[in-house]
Amino acid sequence: MSSDKVLLDYGSGGRASQRLISELFIKHFANPELERLNDAAAFNIDGKISMSTDSFTVDPIFFPGGDIGSLAVHGTVNDVAMLGAIPKYLTCAYIIEEGFPMADLEKVVISMSEAVKDAGVAIVTGDTKVVPKGAIDKIFINTTGVGQIVADPMPSGDRATVGDAVLISGTMGDHGLTVLGTRGGISLESNVMSDSAALNHLLVKLVQEIPDVHVFRDPTRGGLATTLNEITTASNVCCELEESSIPVKPEVVGGCSILGLDPLYLANEGKFLCILPQKYAEQALEIMRADKHGKDACQIGNITDANPGKVILVTPLGGRRLLNMLEGEQLPRIC
Amino acid sequence: MSLKVLEQFKNPELCKKLLDCLNKEIEKEIRFMEVCGTHTVAIFRSGLHSVLPEKVIHLSGPGCPVCVTHESEVNAFLDLAGKDGVIIATFGDLIKVPGKKGHCLKNAQADGARVEIIYSPFDALEIARKNPNDTVVFLGVGFETTAPAIAATVMMAKEQKIDNFKVLSFHKLVPPALDVLISDPETMIDGFLLPGHVSTVIGIHPYDFIGAKYGTPAVVTGFEPVDILQALLQMVRSMKEEHPKVINQYQRGVSEYGNPKAVEVMYQVFESSDALWRGIGLIPNSGLEFSDKYESFDAKKVFDLKIGECPSLPGCKCGDVLKGKMTPEKCPLFGKACTPASPVGPCMVSTEGSCAAYFKYKVD
Ligand code: SF4
Repeated sequence: MSSDKVLLDYGSGGRASQRLISELFIKHFANPELERLNDAAAFNIDGKISMSTDSFTVDPIFFPGGDIGSLAVHGTVNDVAMLGAIPKYLTCAYIIEEGFPMADLEKVVISMSEAVKDAGVAIVTGDTKVVPKGAIDKIFINTTGVGQIVADPMPSGDRATVGDAVLISGTMGDHGLTVLGTRGGISLESNVMSDSAALNHLLVKLVQEIPDVHVFRDPTRGGLATTLNEITTASNVCCELEESSIPVKPEVVGGCSILGLDPLYLANEGKFLCILPQKYAEQALEIMRADKHGKDACQIGNITDANPGKVILVTPLGGRRLLNMLEGEQLPRIC
Repeated sequence: MSLKVLEQFKNPELCKKLLDCLNKEIEKEIRFMEVCGTHTVAIFRSGLHSVLPEKVIHLSGPGCPVCVTHESEVNAFLDLAGKDGVIIATFGDLIKVPGKKGHCLKNAQADGARVEIIYSPFDALEIARKNPNDTVVFLGVGFETTAPAIAATVMMAKEQKIDNFKVLSFHKLVPPALDVLISDPETMIDGFLLPGHVSTVIGIHPYDFIGAKYGTPAVVTGFEPVDILQALLQMVRSMKEEHPKVINQYQRGVSEYGNPKAVEVMYQVFESSDALWRGIGLIPNSGLEFSDKYESFDAKKVFDLKIGECPSLPGCKCGDVLKGKMTPEKCPLFGKACTPASPVGPCMVSTEGSCAAYFKYKVD
């Protein structure tokens, strides 16, 4: 591109826009459907479809373990896959602040294209807007994904049943703490990295090998606690968790204790919850542990009828307390 | 302190042993109050609340700085937040505290006020440096724990001649508030768990009067389950003495005389003054005002703010909760009109408030 910064012209729809699209987006996202440059994408999908959309506005846009581009792919691919679906196609819309460095934009686009390849999906249509300086913070990306549901019956948040096992694919809070820890004002010196990853291959394997997965969910914003509360409310059951079995990396525990945060409320971008009949728990754990995205998988609790709609944490002392929904954002404390 | 060392203070077997001792040694019912909000949260989060012996009755005290910030003080910073050329710098806890008509800093921000959430008072100074045409007002809410760092920031601002940095000092001091609580016949407190954080600064002796004057046991303690259980056991044992001495359970964090340097810095910039406590009222010598030498940093003076009594929120029982006269669930608004999503009083707003802790953690 002729300028090293994104200019308002690039979103005008004229030549400058076309140059940006062909020299950057098409170049990196290359696939025949996108290259047709039609107003919409045409594709075939058989049977039941899973569809999801999400807008990504993370600050900072580059963080240890990922960036807004890969995150925008992982987030939507994972959401589509949580219904027991094979994600196939993505759309992506960029809203860019005037003056955004072209080199950073290219970095984001390349990272996005690698994430797409890794997940085995194609970006088939998209949109680019450039807005005046100050109208947004650097860059926002929206992605929408569609996929083909292969699980029957389909996992769903309202299917948690008394007697089910609650499994988690790995450690909690890595992404949330990484992003908070790299934000201006806090300098956490630690090796913690975002867990951002596409989970679709592992999820599909699970639904293909296990006859009935009741729930898949990714504990993104609001973390494990909020996600489980949504599930217990939708299914009208109680989830009892054994606190000591919930995996959290020591560096995340350390960072959280400095900032007064709770890792169970921090976002994860490469983990999922799996709720299924106890008799399939071991088999599911074996499949998960054989995959790089599930090597720390373990059972963290059970679904019971004790307090419907609630999540209860059994602490290492044997005490019982609620693990409530997060109200707003977690904020570091005064003292 | 390494995480490994901290782990020992969570050790379930050790907790079990301490609980057994507590059960054996406790003779009559004791009503203990933990003064500090961090203790309140620790007692619930660890599940201790649900395994304490029945004879141990737990009351939460006035030790959450957000909860004791008086309505008039909240209104003062909300008024400031609307002013042209003012940037409010604050720790995160304060931004949802409701003032008049339920307004809070978060709403003010949506209406265009400039509010920056910071993690250290030095960040506020940095904002002042970067915005020379604006006045940055840091909300100085907190106890002896945070006051020294804020005082040090003011000293730095003076040295570096950063004149557009001001502090609204609504600091509160813990010992005078305890005196008021014990002398209130309705509170019936048999013993205190005292905040370890505060004592890292002031040491343990400012609390001597609790045993000497009232014969009430008091234990300075840390924030892990083992700390709290050990402190309760020490409290039960010292109840048998006529004038119990304040006990320092938290020796790994607190030395007998605290951190005299921090206290000195604090009293160079501030001097003690009467202060209004939410739900309690005026307590003599329980706050910190700017000393003459640093008065040019005093936001109250610069903006000519008048802080005085104002009507408290109708129906809110925060005062009784803070004084340990009532558990949060007994407040008629608890969990109904007052929830963390739409808090009526600050005890429901702050993550360390008692009402929020009951709402968030208590099973039934
Ligand atoms: S429940 Fe709400 S209204 Fe009642 S005392 Fe607590 S904060 Fe105040």
